[in-house]
Amino acid sequence: MRKKWWIQGLLLVGLIVLGGWAYQTRQINKANMTITAVGSTALQPLVEAAGEDYATHHLGTFINVQGGGSGTGLSQVQEGAVDIGNSDVFAEEQRGIKADRLQDHRVAVVGITPIVNHSTGIDHLTTAQLINVFTGKIRNWSQVGGKNQKVVILNRAQGSGTRTTFERFGLQNHRSIAAQEQDSSGMVRQIVATTPGAISYVGFSYVNKSVQAVSLNGVQPTNQNVEHNRWLIWSYEHMYTSNQPQPLAQKFIKYIQSKKIQNSLVRRLGYISMSDMQVVRDGQGSVRQAGAGHE
Amino acid sequence: MVRAVYVKRGQVMNKKLQEQLLKRSKAAKMERFGKTISFLALMLITVTVFAIIIFVASKGLSTFVTNHVNIVDFLTGKNWNPNVTDSKGQPEVGALPMISGSFVVTILSALLATPFAIGTAIFMNEISPHRGAKLLQPVIELLVGIPSVVYGFIGLTVIVPAVRSVFGGSGFGILAGTFVLFVMILPTVTSMSVDALRSVPRYYREAALALGATQWQTIYKVVLRSATPGILTAIVFGMARAFGEALAVQMVIGNAALLPTNLVSPASTLTSVLTTGIGNTVMGSLQNNALWSLALVLLIMSLIFNLVVRMIGRKGAMSK
Repeated sequence: MRKKWWIQGLLLVGLIVLGGWAYQTRQINKANMTITAVGSTALQPLVEAAGEDYATHHLGTFINVQGGGSGTGLSQVQEGAVDIGNSDVFAEEQRGIKADRLQDHRVAVVGITPIVNHSTGIDHLTTAQLINVFTGKIRNWSQVGGKNQKVVILNRAQGSGTRTTFERFGLQNHRSIAAQEQDSSGMVRQIVATTPGAISYVGFSYVNKSVQAVSLNGVQPTNQNVEHNRWLIWSYEHMYTSNQPQPLAQKFIKYIQSKKIQNSLVRRLGYISMSDMQVVRDGQGSVRQAGAGHE
Repeated sequence: MVRAVYVKRGQVMNKKLQEQLLKRSKAAKMERFGKTISFLALMLITVTVFAIIIFVASKGLSTFVTNHVNIVDFLTGKNWNPNVTDSKGQPEVGALPMISGSFVVTILSALLATPFAIGTAIFMNEISPHRGAKLLQPVIELLVGIPSVVYGFIGLTVIVPAVRSVFGGSGFGILAGTFVLFVMILPTVTSMSVDALRSVPRYYREAALALGATQWQTIYKVVLRSATPGILTAIVFGMARAFGEALAVQMVIGNAALLPTNLVSPASTLTSVLTTGIGNTVMGSLQNNALWSLALVLLIMSLIFNLVVRMIGRKGAMSK
């Protein structure tokens, strides 16, 4: 009995020492070596990969990347809970966010394309037809030159960045009728691939052989067309910080915006590099040609 | 000499005894220690539960207090578009499609699961207890252990296409959700029904058999009748689980905020809208508060399920 107490006492002392040591080191880490980026799942792969890259080159730093959605990212960075909020949409577009308190850093561009199930027999549409499909005026694919197959609409969740962008630039601010909703692009592709007559929309990097990408008004959904704004449905990937960003956060964002990352990682992961964009679009949606030295 | 030693020894013993009796014994210390620990554990859980209830309630009620949404409109409205305001300037936060979706899948899956569960329980307990315990018990325990995302994935790849080809539509909808939930709540309802049947006293069966009843008559007229409160409790527990299940249902029901018109059209439940929406809203905004209100409805419903279980238990106890 006595021996046991002795062992327990030793364990307790050990725990306290370990805990104290962990607490000390945590303090050091928190002070200047760790940042947290939270938000958009569309941007997450890029930030994760770049974060790992950054950490291997700068020993002792750690970039903690989490998903959660654009709304979560923006609200968390606004509250100061995290250092970087990742978002697919401009802070001005998100309700409940005070955009003037945040600093916008654009790190990449993502093109979004409508996709359909192969059974529809559709590979091109006009914008008017697309709007009619999503507003429920066209209910059978034969009405737009496809096979005799009922239209099944699939949406992303309300407030999702992809959906906001698609409704704004693809449907010209028309609202889709209430339909199925899914909360991830991977799920959307899986369901469109297996459901006859299904139509939805995903980022370019999600398109593969299992679904059919749809060209609009004769324009193919390609990176080149996005770069010249011939393909209209695209959005910036933003990394928001507070107006007084953490030094490491600032350095990390600079790193992602650097030529090295923009030319390698960004392209490899299916995003469009900021340096390739020939146009600039602001939060109100107006587009101008990029000057020689755009931001 | 010898005597003196004995006396001395006796005095020492007395002193020791006195000390031992006056000091708190080790056992008493341990008892107090144990009691404190268990009381603290109880306090922690109680505080947590109340904190959760207060948090969800304050968040959920702010839709009505801060954003001035009419609570009747919220419960009976048919349009769920928190980003959009309707003609009267009120945001479109009608939760009726989700509430009805949740209730329909729950009730349908309970209706479907109950006969199978009771049948299995009767087989395991009355007809073939030996084989039941050896074969069925592990199977049911296995079913309980499968994570819900696996059920959801099977639902997505097997049940949805099957529903599509047999019943038409896109396959996503209440029917697919019902099938998935049926498998998920079956083990819960079964194992609790088994417990209910087991608690029927042996002399009930013996008396029935002695009166010349067949085995089926015994089961039907005596065992099932006296186990009714327990079986009802099992069903309500299954319904509570079905009502709160999020992931598996979300994967197969289609998540369309539409009033369900038939069993194969996409619908949504409270949980599915919550899980898809919460990441895209901003804390403190109306969109976020509306989701918290849905969470509050869920919480209230699970409280009601608990109350029902208690009521059934009390009624069953009284009729005995």
